[in-house]
Amino acid sequence: MTVLFGIFLLTLLVITAVGIVRSENLFAAVMLSGIFSLLMAANFFILDAADVALTEAAVGAGISTVLLLGALALTPIQERRNRAGRWVALGVVTVTTLMVVYATFEKPRLGDPQAPVHQHVAPWYLEQTPELVGIPNVVTAVLGTFRGYDTLGEVIVVLTAGVGVLFLLGLPGAVGHRKREELASGRSYLGHHLIPQVVGQLLIPFILLFALYVQFHGEYGPGGGFQAGAIFAAGFILYALIAGEREALTIISPRFLMVLMAGGALLYGGVGILCLLLGGSFLDYSVLASDPRTGQQWGILAIELGVGISVAGVLLAIYHAFAARGR
Amino acid sequence: MELLGLFNYWIFAILLMIGFYAVIAKPNMVKKLLGLSIFQAAVFLLYITMDKVDGGTAPIIQPGAIDQIYSNPLPQVLILTAIVVGISTTALGLAIVVRIFEAYGTIEEDETQQLDIEE
Repeated sequence: MTVLFGIFLLTLLVITAVGIVRSENLFAAVMLSGIFSLLMAANFFILDAADVALTEAAVGAGISTVLLLGALALTPIQERRNRAGRWVALGVVTVTTLMVVYATFEKPRLGDPQAPVHQHVAPWYLEQTPELVGIPNVVTAVLGTFRGYDTLGEVIVVLTAGVGVLFLLGLPGAVGHRKREELASGRSYLGHHLIPQVVGQLLIPFILLFALYVQFHGEYGPGGGFQAGAIFAAGFILYALIAGEREALTIISPRFLMVLMAGGALLYGGVGILCLLLGGSFLDYSVLASDPRTGQQWGILAIELGVGISVAGVLLAIYHAFAARGR
Repeated sequence: MELLGLFNYWIFAILLMIGFYAVIAKPNMVKKLLGLSIFQAAVFLLYITMDKVDGGTAPIIQPGAIDQIYSNPLPQVLILTAIVVGISTTALGLAIVVRIFEAYGTIEEDETQQLDIEE
């Protein structure tokens, strides 16, 4: 049954992807890409990746669609028809597809427990997590402690991309010469529509509460800093869509957004330095408390908080940079 | 039925190349970025497909469950962070597209190249 469901979802994915590429109206293409992400999230879920499904649903279907729409508000919506070189591209793509499909015949079948990928470090992670870290969610444990360096690097990449967007587009009140007061008050995308306003105002507190739950329950269930940051940003973006850009930037000021972006990454790195000062190695949380397991749990809690703050700050700053441009 | 176990990988190959087609054949830059994100999503699908173990469940350890099989947590960790990095880089690309539009008045690649030659 799950197999059939999977095949159904995957076929829908291909149809949606073809729709995205073929549609000449970019607005339609962006909406289809939201559907694409949601289908992808469902797919991840039936492949046992609950954490990834949550991330894809929050980031891909939520934030990414909003950012693309924000960019489309500043650029033409209609794609110009251009068929030059179409057949060459189709030929290249078809040949490559056939080659990749041919290569898959060497791959282990879906769900094969003997596949090489399951023989290396993964069994060790599954066995040792309860003993060394003592939290149920192995994904969070690997993310936070076993591969903590990697995650720190990813947070820095996200921060760098956010800084890049702010340099390119500016953020009134923080980056560039425009002031926050120059933004027109009360002008918003959804300001004139009654139903989204009422429903949105009802939903925002629950979205923020859910973000906090995902943040602090990440050790026990699917969730963690990356997902919580995205959900938190989504809640505030909804507020900005309803109440207007200037009002949203009054609640969380642009300068405070900068502090959030850098502060989250700094908190993560700071925990690493603290471990060094306490006599451990970088990001080895065992030294944070008298009992190594408690130390690990505190460390994961702190760095997940850093990740959440940084991701929420970066995504919100990027959204505001697009929304405040050209107004 | 044996070959059905490879279905996910075939979809990976098709999605990868649909995204690649948009990148190489469409001159519109927003379309190129959409194609790039389809390309990315295909890679995510490849990794997550590899994490599945028959009869397994999500790698969240249940207290008291004996002989429970868990799927592989490692590809999930890699892709979880990659998704957030993916949206950040897409946003950076979109910001560049917005600035290109402000400078050239078009986001079609062939037209911007034409304007460059005329200068």
